[in-house]
Amino acid sequence: MEIQQNKSTLEVHPRNEEKIKKIWKTAGILLAITVAEFIMAFTMERGLLLYFLFIALTIWKARYIMLEFMHLGDEVKPLFYSIIVPLIFLVWLLIALAKEGSEIFMMRW
Amino acid sequence: MSAHSTAIGVSSKRGIWGGGNEPLKASYGKLMMWFFLLSDIFTFAAFLITYLSIRVSYPAYAGPAGDFVGSNEYWPVPELVFDAIPFVHGIHAPLVFVGIMTFILISSSVTMVLAVEAGHRNDRNDVVKWLLWTILGGATFLGCQAWEWNHFIHGTDGGSTLTYINSMNTLVTELVHGANLNVNEYGPASFAQLFFFITGFHGFHVTIGVFLLFLCFYQAAVGIYDRRGHYEMVEKIGLYWHFVDLVWVFVFTLFYLI
Repeated sequence: MEIQQNKSTLEVHPRNEEKIKKIWKTAGILLAITVAEFIMAFTMERGLLLYFLFIALTIWKARYIMLEFMHLGDEVKPLFYSIIVPLIFLVWLLIALAKEGSEIFMMRW
Repeated sequence: MSAHSTAIGVSSKRGIWGGGNEPLKASYGKLMMWFFLLSDIFTFAAFLITYLSIRVSYPAYAGPAGDFVGSNEYWPVPELVFDAIPFVHGIHAPLVFVGIMTFILISSSVTMVLAVEAGHRNDRNDVVKWLLWTILGGATFLGCQAWEWNHFIHGTDGGSTLTYINSMNTLVTELVHGANLNVNEYGPASFAQLFFFITGFHGFHVTIGVFLLFLCFYQAAVGIYDRRGHYEMVEKIGLYWHFVDLVWVFVFTLFYLI
Protein backbone atom coordinates (compact mmCIF):
# COMPACT_ATOMS: atom_id res chain seq x y z
CA MET A 1 0.00 0.00 0.00
CA GLU A 2 2.67 2.41 1.11
CA ILE A 3 4.89 1.57 -1.83
CA GLN A 4 2.06 2.10 -4.24
CA GLN A 5 1.34 5.54 -2.81
CA ASN A 6 4.99 6.43 -3.09
CA LYS A 7 5.13 5.52 -6.75
CA SER A 8 5.24 8.45 -9.13
CA THR A 9 2.16 9.20 -11.14
CA LEU A 10 4.04 11.75 -13.19
CA GLU A 11 5.47 10.91 -16.54
CA VAL A 12 9.25 10.93 -16.45
CA HIS A 13 10.77 12.48 -19.55
CA PRO A 14 14.08 11.23 -20.94
CA ARG A 15 17.22 13.27 -20.38
CA ASN A 16 17.71 16.19 -22.71
CA GLU A 17 21.38 15.60 -23.53
CA GLU A 18 21.72 18.87 -25.42
CA LYS A 19 20.55 20.89 -22.40
CA ILE A 20 22.85 19.00 -20.04
CA LYS A 21 25.76 19.53 -22.40
CA LYS A 22 25.07 23.27 -22.37
CA ILE A 23 25.08 23.30 -18.55
CA TRP A 24 28.52 21.64 -18.46
CA LYS A 25 29.77 24.03 -21.10
CA THR A 26 28.67 27.02 -19.00
CA ALA A 27 30.35 25.46 -15.98
CA GLY A 28 33.54 25.10 -18.01
CA ILE A 29 33.43 28.77 -19.02
CA LEU A 30 32.93 29.89 -15.39
CA LEU A 31 35.84 27.75 -14.30
CA ALA A 32 38.07 29.01 -17.12
CA ILE A 33 37.35 32.65 -16.21
CA THR A 34 38.15 31.95 -12.54
CA VAL A 35 41.42 30.27 -13.48
CA ALA A 36 42.28 33.25 -15.72
CA GLU A 37 41.63 35.64 -12.80
CA PHE A 38 43.79 33.48 -10.59
CA ILE A 39 46.70 33.59 -13.04
CA MET A 40 46.30 37.33 -13.58
CA ALA A 41 46.50 37.94 -9.81
CA PHE A 42 50.06 36.62 -9.81
CA THR A 43 51.43 37.65 -13.18
CA MET A 44 50.14 41.18 -13.69
CA GLU A 45 51.19 44.42 -12.06
CA ARG A 46 48.73 45.64 -9.40
CA GLY A 47 46.94 48.75 -10.54
CA LEU A 48 43.84 50.23 -12.06
CA LEU A 49 44.05 48.16 -15.25
CA LEU A 50 44.14 44.87 -13.33
CA TYR A 51 41.28 45.93 -11.05
CA PHE A 52 39.22 46.96 -14.04
CA LEU A 53 39.86 43.58 -15.70
CA PHE A 54 38.93 41.73 -12.49
CA ILE A 55 35.62 43.56 -12.18
CA ALA A 56 34.84 43.15 -15.89
CA LEU A 57 35.52 39.38 -15.72
CA THR A 58 33.43 39.10 -12.54
CA ILE A 59 30.47 40.79 -14.21
CA TRP A 60 30.99 38.48 -17.19
CA LYS A 61 30.72 35.50 -14.81
CA ALA A 62 27.65 37.01 -13.11
CA ARG A 63 26.05 37.30 -16.53
CA TYR A 64 26.53 33.57 -17.21
CA ILE A 65 25.19 32.61 -13.78
CA MET A 66 22.08 34.77 -14.13
CA LEU A 67 21.26 33.98 -17.74
CA GLU A 68 22.17 30.30 -17.93
CA PHE A 69 21.93 28.92 -14.39
CA MET A 70 19.06 31.07 -13.15
CA HIS A 71 17.33 30.95 -16.57
CA LEU A 72 16.65 34.68 -16.44
CA GLY A 73 17.21 34.79 -20.20
CA ASP A 74 14.27 32.41 -20.70
CA GLU A 75 11.80 34.58 -18.76
CA VAL A 76 9.52 37.05 -20.52
CA LYS A 77 11.06 40.41 -21.36
CA PRO A 78 9.17 42.51 -18.73
CA LEU A 79 10.37 40.22 -15.93
CA PHE A 80 13.90 40.25 -17.33
CA TYR A 81 14.02 44.04 -17.38
CA SER A 82 12.33 44.46 -13.99
CA ILE A 83 15.27 42.54 -12.51
CA ILE A 84 18.08 44.04 -14.61
CA VAL A 85 17.05 47.71 -14.85
CA PRO A 86 16.95 48.45 -11.06
CA LEU A 87 20.60 47.37 -10.91
CA ILE A 88 21.43 50.63 -12.72
CA PHE A 89 21.03 52.34 -9.32
CA LEU A 90 24.07 50.41 -8.16
CA VAL A 91 26.23 52.12 -10.78
CA TRP A 92 25.54 55.45 -9.10
CA LEU A 93 26.16 54.02 -5.61
CA LEU A 94 29.49 52.68 -6.83
CA ILE A 95 30.56 56.01 -8.37
CA ALA A 96 29.39 58.03 -5.33
CA LEU A 97 31.06 55.86 -2.70
CA ALA A 98 34.28 55.41 -4.68
CA LYS A 99 34.54 59.20 -4.94
CA GLU A 100 33.70 59.55 -1.24
CA GLY A 101 36.43 57.07 -0.32
CA SER A 102 39.09 58.84 -2.35
CA GLU A 103 38.07 62.21 -0.87
CA ILE A 104 38.52 60.77 2.64
CA PHE A 105 41.91 59.51 1.52
CA MET A 106 42.90 63.01 0.38
CA MET A 107 41.85 64.49 3.72
CA ARG A 108 43.66 61.91 5.81
CA TRP A 109 46.93 61.70 3.91
CA MET B 1 -21.11 25.79 1.69
CA SER B 2 -23.90 27.11 -0.42
CA ALA B 3 -23.66 27.40 -4.16
CA HIS B 4 -23.82 31.19 -3.78
CA SER B 5 -20.50 31.52 -1.99
CA THR B 6 -17.57 33.39 -3.52
CA ALA B 7 -16.57 32.89 -7.12
CA ILE B 8 -13.20 31.50 -6.08
CA GLY B 9 -14.80 28.75 -4.10
CA VAL B 10 -17.05 27.73 -6.95
CA SER B 11 -14.56 27.52 -9.77
CA SER B 12 -12.02 24.74 -9.64
CA LYS B 13 -9.83 26.70 -12.00
CA ARG B 14 -9.37 30.20 -10.62
CA GLY B 15 -10.46 33.17 -12.72
CA ILE B 16 -8.27 36.03 -13.78
CA TRP B 17 -9.25 38.16 -10.74
CA GLY B 18 -9.10 35.21 -8.37
CA GLY B 19 -5.38 34.65 -8.53
CA GLY B 20 -5.65 32.29 -11.45
CA ASN B 21 -3.55 34.37 -13.81
CA GLU B 22 0.21 34.47 -13.82
CA PRO B 23 1.68 37.95 -14.28
CA LEU B 24 4.92 37.90 -16.30
CA LYS B 25 4.27 34.22 -17.08
CA ALA B 26 5.95 33.17 -13.84
CA SER B 27 4.30 31.54 -10.86
CA TYR B 28 3.74 33.50 -7.66
CA GLY B 29 6.52 31.73 -5.79
CA LYS B 30 9.09 32.19 -8.53
CA LEU B 31 8.21 35.85 -8.97
CA MET B 32 8.51 36.51 -5.24
CA MET B 33 11.83 34.66 -5.12
CA TRP B 34 13.14 36.90 -7.89
CA PHE B 35 12.07 40.07 -6.12
CA PHE B 36 13.50 38.84 -2.82
CA LEU B 37 16.78 38.15 -4.60
CA LEU B 38 16.71 41.63 -6.13
CA SER B 39 16.44 43.16 -2.64
CA ASP B 40 19.22 40.87 -1.45
CA ILE B 41 21.38 41.98 -4.38
CA PHE B 42 20.97 45.56 -3.12
CA THR B 43 21.96 44.55 0.42
CA PHE B 44 25.09 42.72 -0.69
CA ALA B 45 25.97 45.42 -3.22
CA ALA B 46 25.77 48.04 -0.45
CA PHE B 47 28.16 45.99 1.70
CA LEU B 48 30.62 45.31 -1.11
CA ILE B 49 30.63 48.89 -2.38
CA THR B 50 31.20 50.04 1.22
CA TYR B 51 34.20 47.71 1.33
CA LEU B 52 35.56 49.28 -1.83
CA SER B 53 34.93 52.79 -0.50
CA ILE B 54 36.72 52.17 2.81
CA ARG B 55 39.50 50.41 1.00
CA VAL B 56 40.30 53.34 -1.28
CA SER B 57 40.25 55.69 1.75
CA TYR B 58 43.43 53.93 3.00
CA PRO B 59 46.81 53.87 1.30
CA ALA B 60 47.59 50.55 -0.37
CA TYR B 61 50.74 48.61 0.48
CA ALA B 62 53.25 49.70 -2.15
CA GLY B 63 56.54 47.96 -1.33
CA PRO B 64 57.83 44.65 -2.69
CA ALA B 65 55.51 41.76 -1.83
CA GLY B 66 58.25 39.77 -0.12
CA ASP B 67 58.82 42.44 2.54
CA PHE B 68 55.16 42.78 3.48
CA VAL B 69 54.40 43.24 7.16
CA GLY B 70 50.94 43.88 8.51
CA SER B 71 50.27 47.43 9.69
CA ASN B 72 47.21 49.50 10.47
CA GLU B 73 48.73 52.31 8.41
CA TYR B 74 47.91 50.72 5.03
CA TRP B 75 45.61 48.15 3.45
CA PRO B 76 47.16 44.65 3.18
CA VAL B 77 47.76 42.68 -0.03
CA PRO B 78 45.16 39.87 0.04
CA GLU B 79 47.38 37.14 -1.41
CA LEU B 80 49.82 37.68 1.47
CA VAL B 81 47.07 37.51 4.10
CA PHE B 82 45.20 34.48 2.77
CA ASP B 83 48.10 32.17 2.07
CA ALA B 84 47.50 29.22 4.38
CA ILE B 85 46.06 25.78 3.62
CA PRO B 86 44.77 23.21 6.12
CA PHE B 87 46.99 20.41 7.48
CA VAL B 88 50.18 22.03 6.18
CA HIS B 89 51.77 24.46 8.57
CA GLY B 90 53.94 27.43 7.63
CA ILE B 91 53.80 26.97 3.86
CA HIS B 92 53.18 29.99 1.63
CA ALA B 93 50.33 29.02 -0.71
CA PRO B 94 48.67 32.28 -1.71
CA LEU B 95 44.95 32.07 -2.54
CA VAL B 96 45.09 28.29 -3.06
CA PHE B 97 42.57 27.46 -0.35
CA VAL B 98 40.11 30.17 -1.34
CA GLY B 99 40.48 28.99 -4.95
CA ILE B 100 39.41 25.51 -3.85
CA MET B 101 36.45 27.02 -1.97
CA THR B 102 35.36 28.92 -5.08
CA PHE B 103 35.67 25.75 -7.14
CA ILE B 104 33.50 23.84 -4.63
CA LEU B 105 30.77 26.50 -4.63
CA ILE B 106 30.68 26.80 -8.43
CA SER B 107 30.51 22.99 -8.70
CA SER B 108 27.59 22.89 -6.28
CA SER B 109 25.87 25.48 -8.45
CA VAL B 110 26.35 23.18 -11.45
CA THR B 111 24.87 20.18 -9.63
CA MET B 112 21.96 22.41 -8.57
CA VAL B 113 21.18 23.40 -12.14
CA LEU B 114 21.29 19.70 -13.07
CA ALA B 115 18.77 19.02 -10.27
CA VAL B 116 16.50 21.75 -11.68
CA GLU B 117 16.83 20.21 -15.13
CA ALA B 118 15.87 16.81 -13.69
CA GLY B 119 12.90 18.47 -11.96
CA HIS B 120 11.62 19.68 -15.32
CA ARG B 121 11.60 16.05 -16.44
CA ASN B 122 9.84 14.88 -13.22
CA ASP B 123 12.75 12.50 -12.72
CA ARG B 124 12.77 11.93 -8.97
CA ASN B 125 15.91 9.79 -8.87
CA ASP B 126 18.00 12.38 -10.69
CA VAL B 127 16.61 15.24 -8.58
CA VAL B 128 17.51 13.41 -5.36
CA LYS B 129 20.96 12.48 -6.64
CA TRP B 130 21.92 16.00 -7.75
CA LEU B 131 20.41 17.65 -4.66
CA LEU B 132 22.52 15.38 -2.48
CA TRP B 133 25.67 16.45 -4.36
CA THR B 134 24.64 20.09 -3.95
CA ILE B 135 24.13 19.67 -0.19
CA LEU B 136 27.54 18.03 0.02
CA GLY B 137 29.14 20.94 -1.84
CA GLY B 138 27.41 23.53 0.33
CA ALA B 139 28.37 21.80 3.57
CA THR B 140 31.99 21.42 2.41
CA PHE B 141 32.09 25.11 1.56
CA LEU B 142 30.83 25.99 5.05
CA GLY B 143 33.46 23.75 6.61
CA CYS B 144 36.16 25.48 4.55
CA GLN B 145 34.89 28.87 5.61
CA ALA B 146 34.94 27.83 9.27
CA TRP B 147 38.59 26.84 8.86
CA GLU B 148 39.34 30.10 7.05
CA TRP B 149 37.79 32.14 9.85
CA ASN B 150 39.59 30.10 12.48
CA HIS B 151 42.93 30.75 10.82
CA PHE B 152 42.14 34.43 10.31
CA ILE B 153 41.20 34.86 13.99
CA HIS B 154 44.23 33.02 15.39
CA GLY B 155 46.70 34.58 12.97
CA THR B 156 50.25 33.77 11.98
CA ASP B 157 53.19 32.69 14.13
CA GLY B 158 54.96 36.01 13.78
CA GLY B 159 52.13 38.46 14.23
CA SER B 160 52.76 42.19 13.77
CA THR B 161 53.73 44.99 16.11
CA LEU B 162 51.04 47.64 16.01
CA THR B 163 50.28 50.91 17.73
CA TYR B 164 46.58 51.17 18.38
CA ILE B 165 43.92 52.17 20.89
CA ASN B 166 42.94 49.05 22.84
CA SER B 167 39.64 48.16 24.47
CA MET B 168 40.69 50.01 27.66
CA ASN B 169 40.88 53.22 25.57
CA THR B 170 44.65 53.55 25.95
CA LEU B 171 47.22 53.87 23.18
CA VAL B 172 49.50 50.83 23.19
CA THR B 173 52.27 49.42 21.02
CA GLU B 174 52.42 45.64 21.19
CA LEU B 175 52.69 42.40 19.25
CA VAL B 176 49.29 41.43 17.82
CA HIS B 177 48.31 37.93 16.76
CA GLY B 178 45.29 37.24 14.59
CA ALA B 179 42.21 39.38 14.32
CA ASN B 180 39.21 40.60 16.26
CA LEU B 181 36.83 43.49 15.78
CA ASN B 182 39.15 45.89 17.62
CA VAL B 183 42.54 45.15 16.10
CA ASN B 184 44.13 42.73 13.64
CA GLU B 185 47.66 41.90 12.59
CA TYR B 186 46.96 42.26 8.85
CA GLY B 187 45.79 45.83 8.37
CA PRO B 188 43.45 48.58 9.59
CA ALA B 189 40.72 47.51 12.03
CA SER B 190 38.06 47.97 9.34
CA PHE B 191 39.77 45.30 7.20
CA ALA B 192 38.91 42.54 9.70
CA GLN B 193 35.54 44.12 10.55
CA LEU B 194 34.49 44.08 6.89
CA PHE B 195 35.88 40.58 6.40
CA PHE B 196 33.90 39.21 9.33
CA PHE B 197 30.76 41.10 8.43
CA ILE B 198 30.59 40.38 4.70
CA THR B 199 31.88 36.80 4.57
CA GLY B 200 29.81 36.13 7.70
CA PHE B 201 26.65 37.45 6.07
CA HIS B 202 27.38 35.36 2.99
CA GLY B 203 28.07 32.28 5.13
CA PHE B 204 24.74 32.88 6.87
CA HIS B 205 23.05 32.78 3.48
CA VAL B 206 24.86 29.56 2.59
CA THR B 207 23.75 28.02 5.90
CA ILE B 208 20.12 28.86 5.17
CA GLY B 209 20.64 27.53 1.64
CA VAL B 210 21.93 24.17 2.88
CA PHE B 211 18.96 23.94 5.24
CA LEU B 212 16.51 24.68 2.39
CA LEU B 213 18.30 22.21 0.11
CA PHE B 214 17.99 19.50 2.73
CA LEU B 215 14.27 20.24 3.09
CA CYS B 216 13.91 20.06 -0.69
CA PHE B 217 15.92 16.83 -0.85
CA TYR B 218 13.73 15.25 1.83
CA GLN B 219 10.48 16.32 0.18
CA ALA B 220 11.65 15.10 -3.22
CA ALA B 221 12.83 11.77 -1.78
CA VAL B 222 9.55 10.96 -0.02
CA GLY B 223 7.59 11.85 -3.15
CA ILE B 224 5.83 15.02 -2.00
CA TYR B 225 6.58 16.75 -5.31
CA ASP B 226 5.31 13.78 -7.29
CA ARG B 227 1.98 14.01 -5.46
CA ARG B 228 1.96 17.79 -5.94
CA GLY B 229 2.40 17.22 -9.64
CA HIS B 230 5.41 19.45 -10.24
CA TYR B 231 8.98 20.08 -9.08
CA GLU B 232 8.81 23.87 -8.95
CA MET B 233 10.20 24.01 -5.40
CA VAL B 234 13.53 22.67 -6.72
CA GLU B 235 13.57 25.54 -9.19
CA LYS B 236 12.85 28.19 -6.53
CA ILE B 237 15.45 26.92 -4.09
CA GLY B 238 17.79 26.60 -7.07
CA LEU B 239 17.37 30.32 -7.75
CA TYR B 240 18.38 31.07 -4.17
CA TRP B 241 21.38 28.76 -4.36
CA HIS B 242 22.65 30.30 -7.60
CA PHE B 243 22.30 33.71 -6.00
CA VAL B 244 24.56 32.61 -3.13
CA ASP B 245 27.10 31.51 -5.73
CA LEU B 246 26.69 34.82 -7.57
CA VAL B 247 27.46 36.79 -4.41
CA TRP B 248 30.52 34.66 -3.70
CA VAL B 249 31.90 35.46 -7.15
CA PHE B 250 31.88 39.16 -6.17
CA VAL B 251 33.17 38.54 -2.63
CA PHE B 252 36.03 36.53 -4.14
CA THR B 253 37.00 39.32 -6.51
CA LEU B 254 36.80 42.15 -3.99
CA PHE B 255 38.36 40.48 -0.95
CA TYR B 256 40.87 38.11 -2.43
CA LEU B 257 41.89 39.49 -5.80
CA ILE B 258 41.76 43.29 -5.62
